[in-house]
Amino acid sequence: MNAAFREPGSGRAADGPGAKAVLEGPDIRRALTRIAHEILERTKGGDAVVLLGIQTRGVTLAERLAGALEEVEGRAFPWGSLDVTMYRDDLRLKPARALGRTEPPPEGVDDRVVVLVDDVLFSGRTVRAALDALNDLGRPRAVQLAVLVDRGHRDLPIRADYVGKNLPTSMRETVRVLLAENDGRDAVLLGPVAGTAEEDE
Amino acid sequence: MNRHLISAADLTRDDALLVLDTAEEMAQVADRTVKKLPTLRGRTVVNLFYEDSTRTRISFEAAAKRLSADVINFSAKGSSVSKGESLKDTALTLEAMGADGVVIRHGASGAPHRLARWVQGSVVNAGDGTHEHPTQALLDAFTMRRRLGDLDGRRVTIVGDVLHSRVARSNVLLLATLGAEVTLVAPPTLFPVAVGSWPCEISYDLDAVLPKSDVVMMLRVQQERMNAAYFPTVREYSRRYGLDAPRMARLPEHAIVMHPGPMNRGVEIAAEVADSVRSTIVEQVANGVSARMAVLYLLLGGSEPAIGKEVPA
Repeated sequence: MNAAFREPGSGRAADGPGAKAVLEGPDIRRALTRIAHEILERTKGGDAVVLLGIQTRGVTLAERLAGALEEVEGRAFPWGSLDVTMYRDDLRLKPARALGRTEPPPEGVDDRVVVLVDDVLFSGRTVRAALDALNDLGRPRAVQLAVLVDRGHRDLPIRADYVGKNLPTSMRETVRVLLAENDGRDAVLLGPVAGTAEEDE
Repeated sequence: MNRHLISAADLTRDDALLVLDTAEEMAQVADRTVKKLPTLRGRTVVNLFYEDSTRTRISFEAAAKRLSADVINFSAKGSSVSKGESLKDTALTLEAMGADGVVIRHGASGAPHRLARWVQGSVVNAGDGTHEHPTQALLDAFTMRRRLGDLDGRRVTIVGDVLHSRVARSNVLLLATLGAEVTLVAPPTLFPVAVGSWPCEISYDLDAVLPKSDVVMMLRVQQERMNAAYFPTVREYSRRYGLDAPRMARLPEHAIVMHPGPMNRGVEIAAEVADSVRSTIVEQVANGVSARMAVLYLLLGGSEPAIGKEVPA
């Protein structure tokens, strides 16, 4: 029950028949490595960079991204997790959900360049909630956004700074990111909608 | 139909664990610079207190405010209750004000249950007579879990005035749900008649139980509820059932000492025990806010409550 609450409408349909893998394990790894290089380039060496993954799969991606950054720069990068459940604008549309962990790195976020990390960018509502949540944690110098997949259809004026793959989709499709740590394998699946529209990203 | 938290027995094991896990996340908010979440913005919580209370009322108020709810405090003193207004009329007034949640403390056992039939919002029992105090049990379980880990198979000893204690009843029910083994210790006069049907052991000998306890919870001797003499003298009670330093020394190394407060220092608990490192009394107060935030969030945060039980009309 709780797992279902944590990933509202994460598109079970994408698991079913008719779902096709648009990214496989090696593609995901290469995308993260490229994003790591882009982060270092844009932040001029990534001195003040802190990675904050949005629960659930964003946290896994943030950890991997921190690993990719470390591989390039040879030093550890702080990363943590952010749960945005209590900041969501659709909180009142469903029964109260179980909360995920919010654990910023011990360095905090004040005066840092915070890179929010999520799996799929869709309506932009999760990112808006994340910006609000971040506001209560401290005052970053800048906030950037890294996503593995941007599937378009934004409801809000939000865009990603780093994108693993731009994936043009119709509203009638679901995008599901599978990660070995959470799901046993790495893949990005694109599938038809099974009746209800996907509301999460 | 709405769901309420009136008895600790309203919570299934999954519900109880969900509250404790949620409380763990809520506790982090206390460490931040901005100790506030926007979750209950625009919702109204009424604190309806017919009995005196310091920590419970403040705790619920702090919890609701940290979740950005609007809080209306109502205490029987200085309200129309002293002019003779009934609980039902007060309930209808609250209803007209649009309370989403009502936190009630009342001297009569069963008052929250009654209230739940009259209001649309969710009712949270903050102590009714000698019946129940479920959020106290939740904060106690939360405190135990933070100190000792999983409660499954843990041995909890609750000592003292069980007869007048709503804390004891709620704790026994919740701890049984969570898989802990509870032993109640008191003089025979301070056990309720039906204690045999509770999911726990009973004992009259504190010294025998202490060495195998992971948790000792001392209950307050509720002298204000004692019209008759339940024990010969306070001194004799204290000697047989009070927790002093020599008794504390009989506890296992890791055991903790709890007290729901307010304490009668020197009666059920010695000052040196209350102030020792094993004592969680101050922690319990801080944890109370987190546990109540969790309850309010799970009851009021979504489109419908995620915990609790319906009350048939």
